[in-house]
Amino acid sequence: MSVRRLHATQPESFAFTPENIEWSKGQISKYPEGRQASAIIPLLWQAQKQEGWLSEPAIRTVADMLDMPYMRALEVATFYTMFNLSPVGEFFVQLCGTTPCWLRGADDLKSVCRKMIGEQGDITEDGKLSWLEVECLGACVNAPMVQINDDFYEDLTAESFEQVLTDLRAGKEVATGPQNTRHTSEPEGGLTVLKGTK
Amino acid sequence: MLRDEDRIFTNIYGFEGADLKAAKARGDWQATADLIKKGSDWVIDEVKASGLRGRGGAGFPTGLKWSFMPKENDGRPHYLVVNADESEPGTCKDRDIMRHEPHKLLEGCLLAGFAMGAHACYIYVRGEFIREREALQRAVDEAYADGLLGKNAAGSGWDYDIYVHHGAGAYICGEETALIESLEGKKGMPRLKPPFPANMGLYGCPTTVNNVESIAVAPTICRRGGAWFAGLGREGNSGTKLFCISGHVNNPCNVEEEMGIPLKELIEKHAGGVRGGWDNLLAVIPGGSSVPLLPKEICDTVLMDFDSLKEVQSGLGTAAVIVMDKSTDIIKAIARISHFYKHESCGQCTPCREGTGWMWRVLERMAAGRAQPKEIDMLLQVTKQIEGHTICALGDAAAWPVQGLIRHFRPLIEERLAAGPMQEAAE
Repeated sequence: MSVRRLHATQPESFAFTPENIEWSKGQISKYPEGRQASAIIPLLWQAQKQEGWLSEPAIRTVADMLDMPYMRALEVATFYTMFNLSPVGEFFVQLCGTTPCWLRGADDLKSVCRKMIGEQGDITEDGKLSWLEVECLGACVNAPMVQINDDFYEDLTAESFEQVLTDLRAGKEVATGPQNTRHTSEPEGGLTVLKGTK
Repeated sequence: MLRDEDRIFTNIYGFEGADLKAAKARGDWQATADLIKKGSDWVIDEVKASGLRGRGGAGFPTGLKWSFMPKENDGRPHYLVVNADESEPGTCKDRDIMRHEPHKLLEGCLLAGFAMGAHACYIYVRGEFIREREALQRAVDEAYADGLLGKNAAGSGWDYDIYVHHGAGAYICGEETALIESLEGKKGMPRLKPPFPANMGLYGCPTTVNNVESIAVAPTICRRGGAWFAGLGREGNSGTKLFCISGHVNNPCNVEEEMGIPLKELIEKHAGGVRGGWDNLLAVIPGGSSVPLLPKEICDTVLMDFDSLKEVQSGLGTAAVIVMDKSTDIIKAIARISHFYKHESCGQCTPCREGTGWMWRVLERMAAGRAQPKEIDMLLQVTKQIEGHTICALGDAAAWPVQGLIRHFRPLIEERLAAGPMQEAAE
């Protein structure tokens, strides 16, 4: 398990936007009456989307919305590793370092991160980039890969990864998914099955 | 090799659309109401007859699992929960089902839910799969708009709702009771069993948790008949399976193949062979990071199904084949897997919480040659003290890869330690 704590400096307050309050009501309605606590992960996630990271006031706000003790909400926020308990860059790189990606060169991608961003958790001066090594992201046949915000970038090399980071930083459109000639998870260089479908 | 006509997931690579119209053209949602009108016993019997074993790793017979749900309703609702928390290193098959074949999953949810008397289903998608979750939600919305879900779903007379839920980055939530805890809004810590989820699961109600692939193959099984599925593969290991081939192969890929295909054929036919040729193979992890690795001499002949892999002290797991060629530092590869389990242990049981970190630290030292030979046996002993001594199987899953390493590569570890700096100090 990993030890995760709240950030040392916290904002004064947090409030959902009116749109997010409406959205939250929709989420809560998915669960039976009295079971509104089920919506905690989606709500915390939305709070994180709104602010970029998850602050203590945000956790308290969500707990109040779901009628939960603060402690229960804090437990959830610190247990699940996708909740960023401190600020991250505008483009937050989660780099998969688990064995299938490691076998195919995840260490090279880490070197790119160190060169372009710094150590894990550092945010570049322009506020654009930060990175973290994470565990298996579930795109192993497209290794090595990273997740940047909501998207996967797969089949990377040190060069193509550097290009992706440079382009994102410059505000350019970058194609998501495999960065080589592949469409998705099919073998590169020609289908071995279902040849009639392409 | 499996014929294309017998493949269930004909759009697994997403060359066609994932939308309802394209899905219907592939045969999804075809006369679903007729299948339901045959009754819940018929659905369960077909799935039992197919010999389908759970595709999430444990390989428990799916039809039998469904039949554990109470037949009489005691007033509590029944729930189907779909485990789409795919996080086993090496595995990326459910992702393709969700983004390219979501309607197979949704139709399967309706059939399975009906068979077990459930009117509601939650699909728990891992947090990182944001685009896949969106794709799944689009499919759910389409199905509602078309009358395939909701009141009188697909004209069957059965009311059925499907909700997409998500996690936030915890491997442990792939364990069924941890998933239920998480779905209830708590930390994902596994529950003691009994009571089993079929009696007391989500919100204290009868619940069945199934893997995405197990559910998504159900409609095709019902349509083509359990006997068709049972005719593929071999007895006790029937049907087709999505394999994920990653690591040191020329063309890593996902592919649907017949159960029991030889490992060598699987790698050479579909993944373009091992990098540098078959003789350059060092070892394969055949079923996701939790199962013990196999050295080349076993890989030469082993078949890819539950029982064959069990015979060689490994397992089919999720059928995620991780290939390692001779350039691999195998001690480091397993140490990285141990780091994964250390990171993902929920911390509830002491043997797992403390043991996973301990194994990782020792393996890191061994990889660097900084250990004493007697520590190999000590490490093995610790794996035995973790295995079977925890609430859930994460402890076992952390112990097995280390046991596999020592079982097959002990001389290599000894060699590395002999060349390391600690030997002079010990002498």
